[in-house]
Amino acid sequence: MFRNVAELLEITEKQGISISEVMIQQEMDVQEKSRHEVMGQMDRNLQVMEDAVEQGLSGVSSHSGLTGGDAVLLQTYMNDHQPLSGTLLLDAVSKAVATNEVNAAMGTICATPTAGSAGCVPGALFAVKNRLQPTREQMIRFLFTSGAFGYVVANNASISGAAGGCQAEVGSAAAMASAAVVEMAGGAPKQSVEAFAITLKNMLGLVCDPVAGLVEVPCVKRNAAGASNAIVSADMALAGITSRIPCDEVIGAMYRIGRSMPTALKETAEGGLAATPTGRALAAKIYGMPLEKE
Amino acid sequence: MKYKSVFDIIGPVMIGPSSSHTAGAARIGRATRTLFGKEPTWAEIHLYGSFAKTYKGHGTDVAIVGGLLDYNTDDTRISDSLSIAKQKGINIQFFQDDAATDHPNTARIKMGDGTDQLELVGISIGGGKVEITELNGFELHLSGNHPAILVMHNDRFGAIASVTKILAKHEINIGRMEVSRKDVGQEALMVIEVDQNVDDSIEKELRGADHILHITKIVD
Repeated sequence: MFRNVAELLEITEKQGISISEVMIQQEMDVQEKSRHEVMGQMDRNLQVMEDAVEQGLSGVSSHSGLTGGDAVLLQTYMNDHQPLSGTLLLDAVSKAVATNEVNAAMGTICATPTAGSAGCVPGALFAVKNRLQPTREQMIRFLFTSGAFGYVVANNASISGAAGGCQAEVGSAAAMASAAVVEMAGGAPKQSVEAFAITLKNMLGLVCDPVAGLVEVPCVKRNAAGASNAIVSADMALAGITSRIPCDEVIGAMYRIGRSMPTALKETAEGGLAATPTGRALAAKIYGMPLEKE
Repeated sequence: MKYKSVFDIIGPVMIGPSSSHTAGAARIGRATRTLFGKEPTWAEIHLYGSFAKTYKGHGTDVAIVGGLLDYNTDDTRISDSLSIAKQKGINIQFFQDDAATDHPNTARIKMGDGTDQLELVGISIGGGKVEITELNGFELHLSGNHPAILVMHNDRFGAIASVTKILAKHEINIGRMEVSRKDVGQEALMVIEVDQNVDDSIEKELRGADHILHITKIVD
């Protein structure tokens, strides 16, 4: 059992195995199941992610009408134009948005690590898939690598917006995706660790301020930012850039920032964007209630 | 370690929009239903903290009721649970509570039928994972990660030994155990997480043990 990223990395180096392999072996131990069984279980989650992206790219709309249709706009734009940020990056963004639009529409998704942050990991995965042409097993391994880092964050800090803000959800999800992109691209476990640290550092302090308490505004677009951040940081790590602050210390910082964040900015819909004039007007309209005076 | 499996992180497969406020809420509801052992005719659901502030947007109310109807997190009937419960004649009331709680996502569920009643507090700790922290006034820490038996008993010497002796005889290993009581000599609760599922014949034997009042089991 690894308790932190340093121990995870030590196992990979001592045994000469990948991060995904460490997670697969630990899961076989914990569940007392065969490799075939745990791989199969993850394969089914991967299938759910593929279905959600497909559904989102065909166009969905939430009950509130606040979100939906942006994934389609992005795909259309990519077909008609040369996107400034590059096709791969925008593909990741569109697939992250697609997943969260389906989630907001109460569709079926796989939480990675949460529902509100469910777009980052599949967004990054399905975008790099077109470039790297992975096997099905490599795609399943992508999810185990993501999961290994999420496991450390969940046990040492938090993956809950109500407890740690958006940095704990989209921040963690983006960083998990980043580490997995590195492994899929052939980077060393150490580079996955650097990618995770770089991504999470860039998401520190992000508050959870959902308009009307719905997992829509700004959650859907935050997943777009998370997925792109993941891929850019993966490239940085693959280029040999390292984080001056060790990965476990970044996770510790995220935890402490979350603890000191005011409750109004932790999934209570009382601060940030939720408390803007437009945010409050939208909430009043959605719930059919008069606008509360400050 | 609160999160033990990679599928706590990559998962659950669920109906949106929130893992803590929808999937976790459904799991708290379903745990209540499992512990009650049958469909209730009424339920009072108190929501605290972030649950109270944002339950409408996240469908927390719908999800808890879905759980009370024994639906899993990925069951699409969750979206219609309020009307399904109404059709079944289950009387459900919601309360938004201002009281401060240790965890921001806390729900207190009271439910019952003509003969029995149960009260439980559950928290949703993130990513769909939940813990039961109180049952009928007893504090406990139940994760739902393992099969478990919950034994209501009189606080007398020998009560615990009579239960563990039976488990030992059937080669059932105890992974974790906690005992709490409201007062000396009063009703007490044993929570025993085990490595193997406890079958019906063993459960029956446990019911017959000294000082035992009631047994509920949670299977894996």
